[in-house]
Amino acid sequence: MTSKTTQTLDRVVIRFAGDSGDGMQLTGDRFTSDSAVLGNDLSTLPNFPAEIRAPQGTLPGVSSFQLHFADHDVLTPGDAPDVLVAMNPAALKANLGDLPRGATIIANSDEFTKRNLAKVGYADNPLEDDSLESWQVHAVPLTSITVEALAEHDALTRKDKERAKNMFALGLLSWLYTRPLDGTVSFLERKFATKPEILAANLAALKAGHAYGETTETFAVQYAVAPARMPGGTYRNITGNLALAYGLVAAAHQTGLRLVLGSYPITPASDLLHTLSGLKRFGVMTLQAEDEIAAVGAALGASFGGSLGVTTTSGPGLALKAETIGLGVSLELPLIVVDVQRGGPSTGLPTKTEQADLLQAMFGRNGESPVAVIAPSTPADCFDIALEAARIATAYRTPVIVLSDGYLANGSEPWRIPAVETLPTMPVEFTTEPNDVDAQGKPVFHGYKRDPETLARPWAVPGTPGLEHRVGGIEKADITGNISYDPTNHDHMVRTRAAKIAGIEVPDLAVDDPSGDARLLVLGWGSTYGPIQAAARLLRNGGERVATAHLRHLNPFPANLGEVLRGYDRVVLPEMNLGQLALLLRGRYLVDIHSHTAVRGLPFTAAELATAIGEQLEELK
Amino acid sequence: MSVDIGMPSVGTSGVPRLPDGEALSRKDFTSDQEVRWCPGCGDYAILAAVQGFLPELGLKRENIVFVSGIGCSSRFPYYLDTYGMHSIHGRAPAIATGLATSREDLSVWVVTGDGDALSIGGNHLIHALRRNVNITILLFNNKIYGLTKGQYSPTSDVGAITKSTPVGSVDAPFNPVSLALGAEASFVARTMDSDRKHLTDVLRAAAAHRGASLVEIYQNCPIFNDGAFQLLKDRDEAQARLLHLVDGEPIRAGEGADARVVVRDVDGLRVVPEQDADPAAVIRHRVDDPDPSTAFAISRLDDPSFAHVPMGIFRSVDRPTYDDGVRRQLAAASGEGHHSDTDLATLLAGNDTWTV
Ligand code: SF4
Repeated sequence: MTSKTTQTLDRVVIRFAGDSGDGMQLTGDRFTSDSAVLGNDLSTLPNFPAEIRAPQGTLPGVSSFQLHFADHDVLTPGDAPDVLVAMNPAALKANLGDLPRGATIIANSDEFTKRNLAKVGYADNPLEDDSLESWQVHAVPLTSITVEALAEHDALTRKDKERAKNMFALGLLSWLYTRPLDGTVSFLERKFATKPEILAANLAALKAGHAYGETTETFAVQYAVAPARMPGGTYRNITGNLALAYGLVAAAHQTGLRLVLGSYPITPASDLLHTLSGLKRFGVMTLQAEDEIAAVGAALGASFGGSLGVTTTSGPGLALKAETIGLGVSLELPLIVVDVQRGGPSTGLPTKTEQADLLQAMFGRNGESPVAVIAPSTPADCFDIALEAARIATAYRTPVIVLSDGYLANGSEPWRIPAVETLPTMPVEFTTEPNDVDAQGKPVFHGYKRDPETLARPWAVPGTPGLEHRVGGIEKADITGNISYDPTNHDHMVRTRAAKIAGIEVPDLAVDDPSGDARLLVLGWGSTYGPIQAAARLLRNGGERVATAHLRHLNPFPANLGEVLRGYDRVVLPEMNLGQLALLLRGRYLVDIHSHTAVRGLPFTAAELATAIGEQLEELK
Repeated sequence: MSVDIGMPSVGTSGVPRLPDGEALSRKDFTSDQEVRWCPGCGDYAILAAVQGFLPELGLKRENIVFVSGIGCSSRFPYYLDTYGMHSIHGRAPAIATGLATSREDLSVWVVTGDGDALSIGGNHLIHALRRNVNITILLFNNKIYGLTKGQYSPTSDVGAITKSTPVGSVDAPFNPVSLALGAEASFVARTMDSDRKHLTDVLRAAAAHRGASLVEIYQNCPIFNDGAFQLLKDRDEAQARLLHLVDGEPIRAGEGADARVVVRDVDGLRVVPEQDADPAAVIRHRVDDPDPSTAFAISRLDDPSFAHVPMGIFRSVDRPTYDDGVRRQLAAASGEGHHSDTDLATLLAGNDTWTV
């Protein structure tokens, strides 16, 4: 065995790319977990087509997974890959544009056949001509070596053997970046517990890939990335969707309520339904409804019965649920609506990210129909946002819309697992006794007699003797809740519902300004947190003074928001829409906002934001 | 036919009952709200029948919930002193599904109309029936939109002159019973607002049925579609036209020499004079026939001129209910019991953790 040198890097961005059927998401996931366990900080960006299996070998069929891992705090999945693993010509062609000169390409040369090259319009094989000379290319016949390595696995067809090539690639990359294989070995053992032949083949391919790196001369150097310094604690890697699902379970645990999910399959929210339907042992009841409307209806019906009603969806589904959410506003019952935003309008870009449902969440219902709106900022924050949604929904008896997005939902990062004792406690008490007296002084229950502080109405659930009452979507008389068409009463009720939402207690907006005298504030909401922080770091490293602040509460806004905005000469607001929050802030606070927008279905890169903010800084000088 | 699948078999099992010796009265189910239907509306009679029937269930009043959609009939919950929700157009079955599934201890009723249930809410209705959620659906069919002042509905006859069909409707109507049977409903019945006894008998059977019960109630709207069912309300006419569905009995209308009966011949079901009928061809009604085909064929004996109208319980079969199934899975996963902080901590940690 030749002895190879190990070089230490502070950060690496790898992109695995292949055909939708090549298992790139799984390969990326495993590499991520193994890096996480090594203690690197990381951030991931899966990117896949909406079609389950687009035509093989074509550009639309390319699926990729990008991972940024480092020995320091990582904020984004990385602007540009240092390494591209391209399993076929389509994967190379689709991703080459993002690859800086000098970056490494590991290509599966077996797939660079005449036919496959022609499919994506390559006249010549780029692995064999000079077109890739600005990059470091390793052409490796991944498929044939894998098949060869599995020669003794007689029970398998050639197809089965070829399918293990992603594990070979993972083994090779694991060697290249000195990742341990143990995590993947035990993962495969769990996954293929009932298919011993497939398990054996995958393990053999994984190890063969590792050995290939060690023995072949193609790779002369091995790389190491040291663990990042992170606050003490126990960590795991987690995606936004998983964190949100766990947050909802924790919210039910902390409120003492049963979690009832009504949902209808929709990308990219379906994983919430999948995860929660597997958590019956936590008393989680999931109903896959006949449509989006029934899904939220079932959740609201469950809330009426005293459960924590939740519905999960994406933009088109939120549009369908609008009327029922309006009913929730009128009934004043707790209801959590999770919108994992994707590109719109209409079907839009189902697997790509966007933040363009903010105005729909704020105003997408008939009448004056305010609800609380909150948004997580990172995959791990999805856990905390679910608890916050439950706090607001139960304390104020209101629908709460949570605006996640495709980037947060599928992206992952290390999460410091909170101790259960440290989770916020939010016990819910149902009303069980009459809360008022009638004209004769007899104790009665009045369904719309409010808590003077929160303006929440009592939550008296069916089964409670003596409190039988009716609720409905027709305007109700203040206090009694009986039907009322009285003009003054309606005006009062509309204003009271608005005041209730406006009065929701939310923490003040915190501003991060290391210089203490920045004149420019970059404000963000939702998943732009990472890119904004990374851009600010780039600028600050370059000696610029930049303040940042991030909104988790979009309705109501933090009480100090207007004051914060007015405290800067310039406010820059990047959004993955055409300026929806900017519109709200201008209208609400009469301040100027410099909106920076992009709707490409991808998160901002740190570099593009740094450039945009840098230009604004120049203008101020 | 009753198959023992280890599930509750009565509609109200699981709902707390009044202590022995205690009973509620019709008055206990009457709310303090003034009833605001038009004078002469068939809804009054249905309300009176329901208020009169509910005490018979012997359930605690606080464990009864009425959920409605939008329309004249959907005001129903306001007039009953139970828990109630007047929801939005067409969605009551979906809301009731969430409520009934998460609360086994409630007796959940849905009140809806022909427009609410069959037009805007058609999807929710068929799926509630298909799933067999343990709820009782009272569908008031007046063959018109009342609350919006007189447009034709999905049960209006072809040719109906209404506000929105000034030269007659060209829209083919649904037969709600056929629709329900096609959706695999386990309990389907038809009754009439003005026949208090029949209505009460059907309500009793519907409430006893575990699973989704659909009760179509012919209801007169004197304002926009007066007399839609007049032929069936006149004693003599009704006698001749109503095909009474009685379990185990031939399906017969009329008496004596005028009696007609349902037979099965090569063309399917037909109504023939009893004296001409081949006794071997006369069918006996079976509400528990697992195959819904005969019930469906009976529902097709309807015709717009009311020459003969089957009335009573078309089908009542036991099959697993959705809500019992959901709860059983939860119980099997011990999701009913308390989960500890440790259980939650284990979940959050997952399989791959590292410590800094
Ligand atoms: S419009 Fe017709 S159905 Fe509606 S309340 Fe009046 S009579 Fe009854």
